[in-house]
Amino acid sequence: MVASAAVRLFGMWASPAVRRVEWALKLKGIEYEYIEEDLSNKSSSLLEFNPINKQVPVLVHNCNPIVESLVILEYIDETWKDNPILPVDPLERAKARFWATFVDVKCREESRKAFFMEGEEKEKAIENLQVQLKALDEELEGKKFFSGDHIGYTDLAVGWMTFWLGVAEEAAGFKANYDVKFPNFSRWIKDFLAEPVIKDNLPPREKTVEFFRAFKQLGSCTKVNQK
Amino acid sequence: MAGSQNPEVKLLGAWASPYVARARIALHLKEVQYEFLEEKFGAKSELLLKSNPVHKKIPVLIHDGKPVCESMIIVQYIDDVWVSSGPALMPTDLYERAMHRFWTIYIDDKFIPSLFGMMTSPTEEAKAEAKEQTMTSLQLLEEAFGKISKGKPFFGGDTIGYLDIALGSFLGWMKAFEEMNSPKLLDKTKTPLLCAWAENFCNNEAAAAVLPETAKLVEFATVTQTRFKYAPPAK
Repeated sequence: MVASAAVRLFGMWASPAVRRVEWALKLKGIEYEYIEEDLSNKSSSLLEFNPINKQVPVLVHNCNPIVESLVILEYIDETWKDNPILPVDPLERAKARFWATFVDVKCREESRKAFFMEGEEKEKAIENLQVQLKALDEELEGKKFFSGDHIGYTDLAVGWMTFWLGVAEEAAGFKANYDVKFPNFSRWIKDFLAEPVIKDNLPPREKTVEFFRAFKQLGSCTKVNQK
Repeated sequence: MAGSQNPEVKLLGAWASPYVARARIALHLKEVQYEFLEEKFGAKSELLLKSNPVHKKIPVLIHDGKPVCESMIIVQYIDDVWVSSGPALMPTDLYERAMHRFWTIYIDDKFIPSLFGMMTSPTEEAKAEAKEQTMTSLQLLEEAFGKISKGKPFFGGDTIGYLDIALGSFLGWMKAFEEMNSPKLLDKTKTPLLCAWAENFCNNEAAAAVLPETAKLVEFATVTQTRFKYAPPAK
């Protein structure tokens, strides 16, 4: 274990972006102090460390704050070199970053619309999401994980879809049907959730569904307050 | 891979696209010879659809037959591959690398949509909101420049770096918008550091070779006005 009292993580229990960072820290065996934030009453520390977005996660290392979960993942990988999560080959790195951005920008947008909207707009979003899931399914052909035999950066980036997409479906009453339509993706979900670092670091499901239900009822169309 | 005999480097793009400019500036800085394959506006070539089936967007770098997509991912790739040619685009300090990456995401997620939104949003109210967001973003970028550059001409220090490319590639369009009656974007009283930075960037040989002339961009925008959607053309 790499002990480092200098590593602090500001997070929120339900946030997939925060869990993504925790998975990376645990995969690397990095000790850290976790600070739970009440996003309706943000701490002065959070606002000091992230005045621009005022969001979680924020990783603070040697008093330097790093914001944006994918940026944090790359920082973690470059700083603690054991158990690398990004590949060495430049082309493979480019592909890993491509899929991470795809999922964070495109899939999240359609999931958000499927979650918040109703009627035709909801149906259209689900359709778009399924096109995206098909692309992910094809990418997984012949591979256990996106990163190969072991989980890596891309798996951690796509990881929110293994749990929070199902939670969103249950809370908002829609189904993307990936268990039926996308066998590689469904198999990957099971394998990912079976990994010790992942299965021991997920929020309680029922509580998360309730949280998402309440969030939908707020009727807000803005993005969930995390990245 | 670096060192291959006659590696084939092609870039699918369009002269007016600031996202394509990002890739081209990086290639110029790294002194990489490449073939520029211009896509026709409003139509997508077979090669583009085959190389980027997920997004069907430019730029796409094709290196030894293998495609790399997304402008800043291409820039990082160029920096990783042509490591001993030209300046390093990413800083060596790990925290500074995180800053370059963070601000690049900020530029893509917040600054660029509001910049184009100022000109192309459907209502006056939306345009005004976009303008406010743009000016706020520029103020934040001004402060960020002060911290990151440490008194040097670029975000990357003495030479153009990753974050300079992310923002500088949009200077052509920013100047074009100012000619098309947008509010003044870079102002010597409000954003003096960015004004100086913009001049240094545009005077750099690689940028000067790539950034289109303001008049041509204004003409392009005017001609394509009816087809100019809110979402920028490529990423």
